[in-house]
Amino acid sequence: MTPFTTLTAVAAPIEMANIDTDRVIPVRFLRKLRSDKAGYDPYLFHDMRFDNDGREKPDFVLNQPAYRKAGILVAGANFGCGSSREGAVYALLDYGIRAVIAPSFGDIHYANELQNGMLPVTLPEEICRGLRDQLRAKPGATLAIDLPKQTVTDTECTAHPFTIDPVYKERLLKGLDDIGLVLENTPAIETFEHDYHAQRPWLA
Amino acid sequence: MALTMFEKIWHSHVILEKPGGDALLHIDRNLVHEGSFHAFGALAKEGRKVRKPTQNFAVADHYVPTVGRERGIEAAEDADARNMIRLLEENSRVNGIAHYGIDDDRQGIVHVIGPELGLTQPGLTITCGDSHTSTHGALGAYAFGTGASQLKQILATQCLWLKRPKTLRIVVNGQLAPDVTGKDVVLAIIAKIGTAGATGHVIEFAGSAIRDLSVEGRLTVCNMAIEAGGRAGMIAPDDKVYEYLHGREFAPKGAEWDRALAQWRTLPSDDGARFDREVTLDGSKLEPMLTWGTSPEEALPVSGQIPDPKSLGDANQRAHAEQALAYMDLKPGMALTDIKIDRAFIGSCTNGRIEDLRAAAAVLKGRKAVIQAWVSPGSTALKRQAEAEGLDKVFLDAGVEWRASGCSSCAAMNGDKVPPGMRSASTSNRNFEGRQGKGARTHLMSPAMAAAAIVTGRVTDVRTLKAGN
Ligand code: SF4
Repeated sequence: MTPFTTLTAVAAPIEMANIDTDRVIPVRFLRKLRSDKAGYDPYLFHDMRFDNDGREKPDFVLNQPAYRKAGILVAGANFGCGSSREGAVYALLDYGIRAVIAPSFGDIHYANELQNGMLPVTLPEEICRGLRDQLRAKPGATLAIDLPKQTVTDTECTAHPFTIDPVYKERLLKGLDDIGLVLENTPAIETFEHDYHAQRPWLA
Repeated sequence: MALTMFEKIWHSHVILEKPGGDALLHIDRNLVHEGSFHAFGALAKEGRKVRKPTQNFAVADHYVPTVGRERGIEAAEDADARNMIRLLEENSRVNGIAHYGIDDDRQGIVHVIGPELGLTQPGLTITCGDSHTSTHGALGAYAFGTGASQLKQILATQCLWLKRPKTLRIVVNGQLAPDVTGKDVVLAIIAKIGTAGATGHVIEFAGSAIRDLSVEGRLTVCNMAIEAGGRAGMIAPDDKVYEYLHGREFAPKGAEWDRALAQWRTLPSDDGARFDREVTLDGSKLEPMLTWGTSPEEALPVSGQIPDPKSLGDANQRAHAEQALAYMDLKPGMALTDIKIDRAFIGSCTNGRIEDLRAAAAVLKGRKAVIQAWVSPGSTALKRQAEAEGLDKVFLDAGVEWRASGCSSCAAMNGDKVPPGMRSASTSNRNFEGRQGKGARTHLMSPAMAAAAIVTGRVTDVRTLKAGN
C-alpha cells in the first residue's frame, strides 16, 4: 500500500450531503474488471458527471477546468453512506483523489478508504462549509493536508487540526498491510481457534 | 458486570487487543457472492489462498437471471454478468469453498440462505462483502458488511482487525396494529433517527413489538439497520429462533445442539447492561409506511402527505428533499395515496421470505394486477416451499410473474431494471437514485403494501383494501 504522509492538491467542493456509494459509482459499472490499464476513473460520479448521451454536464464541479485535476474532495455530511462497495474507493483513487474531507462518513466507506491508502478527514460542518466557500471563490486552489501534524491548511493559510485514530494514522503513514499485521500473530490465532472450537466443534 | 449481547459476542471473539483499542477478531463465518471478485483477485495476486475454507461459503445471487433459469448461466444478461457468475465458481473451486451456483438447490440471496441453511446462528461473528450482512443479526449474531480489502483479509486469515463500535439500543414498545410489519417498524425507525442516526454503533433492537415479530420479521428489521447507518443490527435470540434453527442443515445436531442451546441462552443483554445510546418508539402508534424520496429516511405513514422541503429540520435535509422531489417528480402537499405506481417488485433480502410471500398472496388472492409486477423468492428452496403452499398459483392467477430466486430488481445488477421515469413499488431496502435502474423511481414498502399497489396501480393503504374487500 502507498504510504500517506502529506498531500497538497487541487481541491474540489461538492455541496451535497449524503453522497451515497451509488452516486460515487453507479451499480452497473461494478461488473467491470479493474486493471492497471483500465481503472474505474471513467465511472466516478458517473451520473452526476455525464448526461444520458455520455456528454459532460458542465455544471458538475469535476467538469470545470479548474477542478479537473482535483486530488482532494471537500464534501457534505455522511459521505459514502450506503453500500459496502469498494468500487467507490477505486473510482476515487483511479481518478486521482487521495483524500476526502467531510463532516462525517458512512462507516464501511471510511474503512474502505483507509484500507486503500486514502485519507478520510473529518472536520466540523462549519469548517467544511468554509473550505468549500473558499474553493468556490478561488477555483483551482489547493489545500494542504499534513497527516503527521493532523492539519488541513486552507487557501488562506489557516491550519485546521483534525483527529484520527492513532492506529489508522500509523498504518497510513507506514503504508502497512493488514494481512501482514494479522499473520504475525499466527500462534495466538491458532491457540484461540483451538480453544474456541473445542467449545463449539460444530463451527470448525 | 452487566453486559450487552454485543459485548458478550465481542469478548468471546477477541484473539488479542492492541493498545488504542484495535482488536483482532475471530470470524466464524464469511459469505461471498459474485461481487467478491476484487477480493479474490487481490488474494491471488499476492499468492495467498483462503485460510479456513470450511468457514467460507459462496453463493450466486446478485447477477443471476430470474427468467429462463432452465438455460442456466446462458440466461444471464450479458458477458460481464456471466463472467461474474463463472468467476465466483472458479474462485470457490480454487480455494475449496462450498459454492451454491446458479442451478444449485441451495442457491438464493446470500442473506436469505444464511439463516435458511442454519449457517447463521446466535453468538457468531458473520461477515460478507455486502452491507446488508446486518440481516443475520436477527438471530443474535454480530454480522456486518465489509469492503473488498477487509474481505480479502478475512479470506486470507479468518480474522479481522476491528475497532470496537459503540452500542445503541432501539426499543419499540407496545403492540403493532394488524398489517404493520417489520418493514414498517424499521422504516419508522430510520425516518426518526435518519440514515446517519446509528453511524458508528451496533444497534440492538428490543422491546415487545420486536419480540413479537417472527424470525422473518426480525430479519427484515436487521436487514435495514445499515440504512440507519448502523454497523450491525441484532436482536436477542429466544425460543422462536431456536425453533427456527432446529434441524437446519448447518445447525448443530444431537448433543451438540444441547450444548449450543445452553451457550445461546446466555447471550441476551443482562439486566442493567449499559448502552452508549438509547432510542424509544411506541410501536402501537405505527402505521404502514412507505418512502417518498430517494433516501430511506424520507419515509412516512401511508396516511401522510409529501412534505414541503422548507418545513424540514436542517439545511442538508432540505437540500436533499428538494432534489428528491425533482427526481421523483412529486409535489409537496400531495397525499401519498395519490401517487400512481407503474411497476412492482416483491423480493430481496429484505422481504423475500416465506412470510412476505404469504402476506402479498393474501392481498392478491381473488384480485387482478393492473400493473406489471413480479415476485422473486429469496431462495430456490423458498420458491419450492411457496409452490408447495400454492402461492405461485395465487400470484399467477392475479397476473403477477413468478420468477426464480436472486437479487433481481433490488439493485437490478442482473438486468431486472425498472425503466427510466417509471415508478416502482418495491419491497427492497434502498430507494437511492438509479438503484433499480437509471432514472427509476422507487417507493419502498412492505409486501402487503406492494401487493395493494399491484391491484390498484397507486399507493394504497392495504388496510382499506382489506376492509372494503
Ligand atoms: S437483495 Fe438487494 S440488498 Fe440484498 S444482497 Fe441482493 S442486492 Fe444487496
